[in-house]
Amino acid sequence: MAVVVKIPTQLRAAAQGEAETEVDGATVQEVLEGLFERFEELRTRISDDDGSLRRFVNVYVAGEDIRFLDGLATPVADGAEMTILPAVAGG
Amino acid sequence: MAVTHLECKECKAQYPLEALYVCEHCFGPLEVAYDHSAWNGDVAEVRRKIQGGPQNIWRYADFLPLAGGPPGPSGRLASRVGLPAGCTPLIRADRLAERLGLREVWVKNDAANPTHSFKDRVVSVAVTRARELGFQTIACASTGNLANSVAAHGAALGMESYVFIPADLEEQKVLATGVYGTSLVGVEGSYDDVNRLCTELCADRDWAFVNINLRPYYAEGSKTLAFEIAEQLGWELPDRCVVPVASGSLFTKIARGFNEWRELGLLDGPLPRMNGAQADGCSPVASAFAAGHDVCRPVKPRTIAKSLAIGNPADGPYALDLARRTGGSVDSVSDEEIRAGIGLLAQTTGIFTETAGGVTTAVLAKLAERGDIDADERVVLVITGEGLKTLDAVRGTFETHTIEPTVEAFAAAVPGTVSV
Repeated sequence: MAVVVKIPTQLRAAAQGEAETEVDGATVQEVLEGLFERFEELRTRISDDDGSLRRFVNVYVAGEDIRFLDGLATPVADGAEMTILPAVAGG
Repeated sequence: MAVTHLECKECKAQYPLEALYVCEHCFGPLEVAYDHSAWNGDVAEVRRKIQGGPQNIWRYADFLPLAGGPPGPSGRLASRVGLPAGCTPLIRADRLAERLGLREVWVKNDAANPTHSFKDRVVSVAVTRARELGFQTIACASTGNLANSVAAHGAALGMESYVFIPADLEEQKVLATGVYGTSLVGVEGSYDDVNRLCTELCADRDWAFVNINLRPYYAEGSKTLAFEIAEQLGWELPDRCVVPVASGSLFTKIARGFNEWRELGLLDGPLPRMNGAQADGCSPVASAFAAGHDVCRPVKPRTIAKSLAIGNPADGPYALDLARRTGGSVDSVSDEEIRAGIGLLAQTTGIFTETAGGVTTAVLAKLAERGDIDADERVVLVITGEGLKTLDAVRGTFETHTIEPTVEAFAAAVPGTVSV
């Protein structure tokens, strides 16, 4: 189950410069774990100590904010796109 | 200039004054930092310099994030360059106060800006900084008013512009954007979808998205509303401000403006109570306030107040903190109350505001009715936009007498008028 994860510019230095990468996983949580296994430095940038997302990180699956879905338990289909973005834009 | 660097609001990491908006360490928002120590506490000199400045926001250039000072060949000529914003009227609204049983209400009418909303303040600052940084193209994600302002500033300064809006925006706001010759993109989705798209686009385009990669500079422009209110009140602070909340940026930056001047000794007294105003149909901040939460749960907006329809407010946590810290609140009102608010302001002050101003006026009425406002308070109502941009909101709220052009027809249609 490969998912395309889009990495924001602010995190690319911690992801060997990659703008996107393919990770296996059936839920947002599993995909993030896969991502952290590959790029360990991303873990503390994106997640709090308790494993939840940091306050200013937004994650979207197929364009929808996961807070409108099942949060970290949101299922991610094979071939889907998961986007990580800063939350402080706009207004 | 006094501006020194960008600083993360969360972890205090420092960054250079470039087109950056997010902390690489904690993803927190970056904010502009200043060093005003050169004034040496000389309050009279600061006031003199401000009062000698142009009749627009550039009179506050020492408190804005421009490396080169105000635009134009000199401070005196600054008001003739670009599309200067600010110095809008602060009106004593005794009839509104009386209607609400309050002592002193002032209306800051920011519809009196070049494109008829407070957004000209933030865009003036962002675009001027964008030019300093060498950008050729400006862009934005907008709920409408920002679209007008970015398109107009692009035209005034000869910069290419791209404006992204929800496709279902009010027609008036769409027309008042396209006329400036911008590249206008209607996105099928909510503002939050537009914002997400623009955040993605921002990553690989060399554009100055005023409210994304230029956001730290852009947001500073809202401080000028606080500066003007204080200066227009004779260098005094109001006791309370009622301000519309969409992303929460304006709300928090007004307080920051007051605070910067308090710290410099330009103003005495406590920070005003800050009351935020939202529409019931998009009230993530008001809901979190009522529930005692520190963060906002995003919502899908459904309100006539489209300029406030941000379901995922970037500055929500800071707005909540500010309202609580100052003894204020964040309240919400129904679409019906919004229409009534527009009517109340129009019929007591002669100011026709858009739906966002209806939200703000309705929240003021709600606070007054609830007894939250003390009898001796001086209250400022911040009106951010123009009624002509949201005409649908008042359609059908009054009767027009259509008559034959005869005296008899008039007397029949409008009885009770006495002929002399």
